[in-house]
Amino acid sequence: MSTTTTRVEETRWRTRLGGKRFVALVSRVRELGLIVVLLLIIALVSLQTPRFLTPGNFEQILLSIAILAIVAVGETMVILTRNVDLSVGSMVGMTAFVCADVLKNHPQTPVMLIIVLGCALGAMLGAVNGLIVALGRVPAIVATLGTLYLYRGLDSYIAGGTQVSAYDVPDSFLALATTHVLGIPALILFAAAIALIFAYLLRTTRAGRELYALGSNPDAARLAGLHRERLILLTFLLSGLLSGFAGVLWGARFATVDSGAATGLELQVVAAVVVGGVNIFGGSGTILGAMLGAIVLGTIDNALTLLKLSQFWLQAIDGAAILAAVTLDALITRWLQRRLVSGRQR
Amino acid sequence: MSDSSEVKPPALDLEASATAASPSAPAVELRRTRVTASERALAHLPGWLRSWEALLLVLLLLSLVLGSTLSPYFLSASNFSLLISDMMEKALMALTMTLIVIAGEIDLSVASVLGLASVVLGYTWSHGLALGLAIALVLLLGAFCGLVNGLAVTRLSLPSLVVTLGTLALFRGLAYVVMGDQAVSNFPPAFTNFGFGTVPGTLIPWPFVLFIVLALLFSLLLHRSTLGRQIYAIGSNKEAARFAGIRVDNIKLLLFVLSGLMAALAGVVFTARFSNARADNALGFELDVVTIVLLGGVNIFGGSGSLPGVVLSLLIIGVLRNALSLADISGDIQNIAVGALLILSVLGPNVVRRLQEAASRRHAAEAGPGRLARSARSVPAEVGASARERETSH
Repeated sequence: MSTTTTRVEETRWRTRLGGKRFVALVSRVRELGLIVVLLLIIALVSLQTPRFLTPGNFEQILLSIAILAIVAVGETMVILTRNVDLSVGSMVGMTAFVCADVLKNHPQTPVMLIIVLGCALGAMLGAVNGLIVALGRVPAIVATLGTLYLYRGLDSYIAGGTQVSAYDVPDSFLALATTHVLGIPALILFAAAIALIFAYLLRTTRAGRELYALGSNPDAARLAGLHRERLILLTFLLSGLLSGFAGVLWGARFATVDSGAATGLELQVVAAVVVGGVNIFGGSGTILGAMLGAIVLGTIDNALTLLKLSQFWLQAIDGAAILAAVTLDALITRWLQRRLVSGRQR
Repeated sequence: MSDSSEVKPPALDLEASATAASPSAPAVELRRTRVTASERALAHLPGWLRSWEALLLVLLLLSLVLGSTLSPYFLSASNFSLLISDMMEKALMALTMTLIVIAGEIDLSVASVLGLASVVLGYTWSHGLALGLAIALVLLLGAFCGLVNGLAVTRLSLPSLVVTLGTLALFRGLAYVVMGDQAVSNFPPAFTNFGFGTVPGTLIPWPFVLFIVLALLFSLLLHRSTLGRQIYAIGSNKEAARFAGIRVDNIKLLLFVLSGLMAALAGVVFTARFSNARADNALGFELDVVTIVLLGGVNIFGGSGSLPGVVLSLLIIGVLRNALSLADISGDIQNIAVGALLILSVLGPNVVRRLQEAASRRHAAEAGPGRLARSARSVPAEVGASARERETSH
């Protein structure tokens, strides 16, 4: 009798350890694979053109993905809970226009207040998404496909065909994107800081761990007493808030903003996150992985430009990257599971 | 992790084993439990709300009233001819989308397939291919695009939402690769006449004739054939359908291929109507197509819905867009209304159902344990629905 119990206990423990090892193994395989891909691209392209492997170009790549990376941090948290936020492009576009427009009409507004305004507007839009998904039980992809068009429509309505150009806004606003701190562009520092802070929070805080729990097994999470609604609302709100901040930076970086700003950004963001090894079924993946995904896609983009290949390839590559990444995930998972099962039987 | 989504909560086994025990009429059996569950739910509603189609009729009347107040030109035969003509591509794609959503999947790539088909048609024709051959080639290409989606969904068991989000970007991107920002517009009159032309002596556009024929075919397929029943069964409970001997993967693959084929056909119609092949043709049409299907009463989690409802909601969206255009409201701003309708068409029924669930729980608690035992009979259907919700709530 007692031996049976211990054996049951033992198997239970082994499965639990196996589970943990398994997830760690998958993400390690994925992130290592990504670094190999990145090194391959770098090697191939630098053989073709000497301008690729320079510090200046490296900075250029990071600069081009900084805003996308900030949005991707929020998207990662949403995808971890088995949801997706397709409205990020529209939220970035709307906050970019609204902030630039406020500055155009009231040039005296302090930049700090504009940042707060952008974040608050984004958080509000994100909260609407969160309420529809968490309380209304509308699948995230349907809800945010709806708000993608709804927010973009509101943006066009507010803009009414006008645009804000670099001459309309004060230099202190544009400086948000152009300032260098210790020789590094502020945009890159913003993105790096946000990624590091959220990566730390996700790893150490209770809410961070609960996101993983909710994503890997919603039923178990509910039985363990997790508040599904609250957590989902939180992730969508954060995704909106970060999109709002990204919108402010978008306005500062591109200076000329109309109602079409950041159209289609959502596909690039989802591509970066999924390529970065965040599992689209939720429950596994890291923010640093997503950042790596953004860097890989940014490097491909940059290489296309340097090799003078057509920019028209970009969207096709984003789409192919999403497909390749989810296919690879499915295959790796299947393979590892098979190995694990056969290992346990022996 | 892909496999973990396959693992069903134990509650589902009840339904699965029940259907496996009576394999003679599994689809009908499943259907009946679902209908009784929804009928019970509907009984709490005020009378005029009892059928979704009735609600749609009211919405259609409202949008007609809106149209006639917004513009004096709205209520004219030529405007209705134009309105119908403008809806044709979305109407064609909504037919196959209905089947796919009822089977519990979704295809977000349809508008991109349309764009790719239009561009390839223009490209091959302008490079000297006979138009008939070019059309055949494009239809094959559409079916192939659908095959890619279908294989990824069935063979790799990936969620269709993600696969078709990827191919949405991929196919649209390929359209840009083929054509860049160029356009082909000098199509022969015989082709474009099919697009703008009407049946002689009437104001009925030719594409509408094509749509009517296909709509009848698809109605027969969905509502009167074995395959149709199997599609409902798959959407109601994939595992039970598999146990009942339905070839779930083959049927899903077929539906995705049909969807790609139909999107390519819509691409041919679009190209003929505007005499224009461009990479950004029909950009964002997937919003309208998905909205039409969900507003038409098709359950986003699969298993229920009908083509007549979808045709009604097709008319609503058509009238709404036409009325707003006549009032000089731009497409971007019209999207506010369509986006809101999309969300409300899923949110509305969900909220109503939750309110009713709460009400009936209160009711059951008041009536005591006797009632509880009686209502337990319909539990499997509800459990099945909520389990499916969890599975798809992605």
